[in-house]
Amino acid sequence: MKLGVVTFPGTCDDVDARLAVAKVAEPVALWHGDSDLHGVDGVVIPGGFSYGDYLRAGAIARFSPVMESVIAFARAGGPVLGICNGFQILCEAGLLPGALLPNVKLRFVCRQVDVEVQTVATPFTATCEVGQRLSIPAKHTTGCFFGDVPREQVVLRYAEGHNFNGSQDDVAGVVNEQGNVMGLMPHPEHAVDLLTGGSADGLKLFEGMARVAVA
Amino acid sequence: MSPSPETRPHPPVPGIEQAVALGLTRDEYAMVVQEMDGREPNEVELAMFSLLWSEHCAYKHSKKLLRTLPTEGPAVVMGPGENAGAVDVGGGWAVAFKVESHNHPSAVEPFQGAATGVGGILRDIFALGARPIAVLDSLRFGEPDSERSRYLLDRAVAGIGHYGNSIGVPTVGGEVVFEAPYETNCLVNAMAIGLARTEDMIRSAAAGVGNVLVLFGASTGRDGIGGASVLASAELDAEDESKRPSVQVGDPFEESKLLECSLALLQSGLLVALQDLGAAGLTSAASEMAAKGEVGLDLDVAKVPLREADMAPFEIMVSESQERMLCVCEPGKVADVLALCEKWEVNGTAIGEVTEGNRFRVLRGDEVVGDMPVSGLVDDAPLYDLAPEKPTESLYPAPAAKLGFEADVHEALVALLSSPNLASRRPLFEQYDSIVQSRTVRRPEEADAAVLHLYDMGDGAPAIATSIDGNGRKVAADPYWGTVANVLECAANLACVGAQPLGTTNNLNFGNPEKPHIAWQLTEAVRGLGDACRALEAPIVGGNVSLYNEGADGPIYPTPVVGMVGLLPDATRAGRLGFARAGDAIALVGWNGGVSGGSLAASELSKLRGEALPDGLPAIDLAQVVGVLDAVREAVRDGELSSVHDVAEGGFLVAVAESCLAGGLGAALDLGDAEDVWTTLFGERSGGFVVSGPRDALERLGERVPLDVFGTVGGDRLEIAVSNLGESWPLAELREASSALAPLFP
Repeated sequence: MKLGVVTFPGTCDDVDARLAVAKVAEPVALWHGDSDLHGVDGVVIPGGFSYGDYLRAGAIARFSPVMESVIAFARAGGPVLGICNGFQILCEAGLLPGALLPNVKLRFVCRQVDVEVQTVATPFTATCEVGQRLSIPAKHTTGCFFGDVPREQVVLRYAEGHNFNGSQDDVAGVVNEQGNVMGLMPHPEHAVDLLTGGSADGLKLFEGMARVAVA
Repeated sequence: MSPSPETRPHPPVPGIEQAVALGLTRDEYAMVVQEMDGREPNEVELAMFSLLWSEHCAYKHSKKLLRTLPTEGPAVVMGPGENAGAVDVGGGWAVAFKVESHNHPSAVEPFQGAATGVGGILRDIFALGARPIAVLDSLRFGEPDSERSRYLLDRAVAGIGHYGNSIGVPTVGGEVVFEAPYETNCLVNAMAIGLARTEDMIRSAAAGVGNVLVLFGASTGRDGIGGASVLASAELDAEDESKRPSVQVGDPFEESKLLECSLALLQSGLLVALQDLGAAGLTSAASEMAAKGEVGLDLDVAKVPLREADMAPFEIMVSESQERMLCVCEPGKVADVLALCEKWEVNGTAIGEVTEGNRFRVLRGDEVVGDMPVSGLVDDAPLYDLAPEKPTESLYPAPAAKLGFEADVHEALVALLSSPNLASRRPLFEQYDSIVQSRTVRRPEEADAAVLHLYDMGDGAPAIATSIDGNGRKVAADPYWGTVANVLECAANLACVGAQPLGTTNNLNFGNPEKPHIAWQLTEAVRGLGDACRALEAPIVGGNVSLYNEGADGPIYPTPVVGMVGLLPDATRAGRLGFARAGDAIALVGWNGGVSGGSLAASELSKLRGEALPDGLPAIDLAQVVGVLDAVREAVRDGELSSVHDVAEGGFLVAVAESCLAGGLGAALDLGDAEDVWTTLFGERSGGFVVSGPRDALERLGERVPLDVFGTVGGDRLEIAVSNLGESWPLAELREASSALAPLFP
């Protein structure tokens, strides 16, 4: 089973995402200029600053050749996980509801945060329990979620005292209506190994994704 | 590209007064004319000579001193003289690292100054073929009660974050110190670390007559013209805002593509040589490549992609536009090089070729606009002897008193923990991505040094530890022993996580070396640096010198900044600074004479009390401290200790409080009778560690080095008994004190 990880110019966490994917599946590097998804069973759009965040975070990446294929893949029900900049790109691409605004304090913040699982009716959280707290690092300047999202599409919320970016209703991660596309601001790929992650809670999201990709 | 040799350079000849305005002395101008076989240099040539003969590029006042430093050792792969130094970490891999300053640009425009400082040092690393894996920074500002200092701090931190975060290299460590002598002239030093297969590393010497010079990366504009001579080699003055056009503007997105493109070019085996464009732009990059390869160059400025169409040849040659690299490749490989550039959306252009001989010719199409001897440009800048003289009285006024002598121990600890130099750095380092690349084993404030796992090396991969340290106040009090203590502090931080130093980099930030008292500081500091590095067997593999750090209100504290990289075989055993287990015994390790063996001379407590700097610091027994470091390192590697933290600024009690806060556990200490309570609790000295662990493990360590068990981990208070004194602090009170920097970043 293969999970693709997209690299745009300016992507930073693609290597990290491939290392995390490698714990549950075969990682495949996908290139922004190549519309071929190379037969992957799922796609991860990792964090970073695609195209320098110029214009608006995610606004340019959304038009790249690979994204045309990712959008088609998602519409066909394939699992797609957008992390941080990947979340921003999926919102820009119209695959996810809402938008990400600059953090309330307008500063970049890198911090281990706790998020609470709101629903397990998505492939990504199928291995979790409702109310479970996951410890995952977040690091971004533009992570304040804004938008009207039906309650059942909110997958993760920041635990009390952990919403440093000012997200509406503490929303940390959402899915699309079909539940096959998820975006979140914290970085689960940086919480897959106790040696470097401080926790391995992020691995659950990749495990869930790999399960559905097999199904 | 074959103009006839008799073509005379056309650009105007500016003459000696212009040369002086560009920073050359009259004697130096005469030497330049001699290099030109009696002909006065035209404006292109003068611009190039004035930059390459500036202090920043030629190390005119420091080179003779630097030659006294130890630069060789079993682990050294690349020493001083290349873009960065490199050390062997085993298995055919090397770690490259270097620290560099961007002080004056940051004092003029802190955001871009700091950002491009990071960009510049990263290019030095990947110019060697090493992938950057970490950044550290060392910052100095005036006291934060000054509005200007707060502005510089805020913008410099934002600039470092902007660049490092955007390019995907973690900022894993650093330090910031606030002292009045940095009020006008702040310091922004950045260190970068890279990882490479040793066989893939590349040098910067141009070679192969007929080979082609390819410039790739950003186009060339008027930003940063004359940065090296105008900003880096003269004192700052009141009209610095007029110098803003000399500060470069950084674009981390461009650099991110440039990094990947450079590494891809090297992996494809397409390059003969690679060099980044830093200070003095094309002038410095091209002439250094030529000098190292003992070849000549023809470089056509008409082929350089420009941001503004009407740039004069001299402007193109000295522009410090960021995010540019220069490489040499064989003529048959140019097409492949340009194709890879295109893949990474990086602009690449052939701009010249390697020639036989010793001439650097600058062309504009068919016209020769400059023709100079390479060796004259790069190697013949005059080197000056310093005239050191110890000052008869301190150059620095006493710091402003913040804590009265009547304050008790309880108040003193709270004041120290909340002082700008000791408070938690969390509000700063949270603005940096410390975890990208998934190799950060110890994040900031988890241990005394950052620890990075080199998973790229495969099964059983080791980790490196790194730290960057400086203490200008101690060096001001005693340039020799202050610098020795500085180097030992850096090595102690490595020992705390179990790492053995492999090599050292340094940035010497000093005032105007033409002044005898500054020359004395510099001479003594370099002597201390050399002696300490020799004792630690941690040779200097690279570094940088930043002189003329003075304003109208005087020189900065002399500030050597030392960065080290060390190896630890097992990342899972890397030490932590926080107390970890209730019931563990707490001990002070390393000081002969026990906990009362420190000194308040130039300490943080004496600073808060407003005491003048002493004339000299107590001598240090180097061999004894090195022995302690060895023992502590081995105990950490054996997994014997629960926590290790070195006693540094603030002294013993501050170190204990920091271990309490990092671990979220209290401690109860009984220090017995002390000769002097203040010295005992807050005295500073090299080679001391606060460790915790099972009592039998501490006893084993105590068989090798001085060790006194003073207490036990547990509870939610820090309690001490010393002489007839008993004090107690709830951890919450200490935590609040330590959070004092948060309001600086609203």
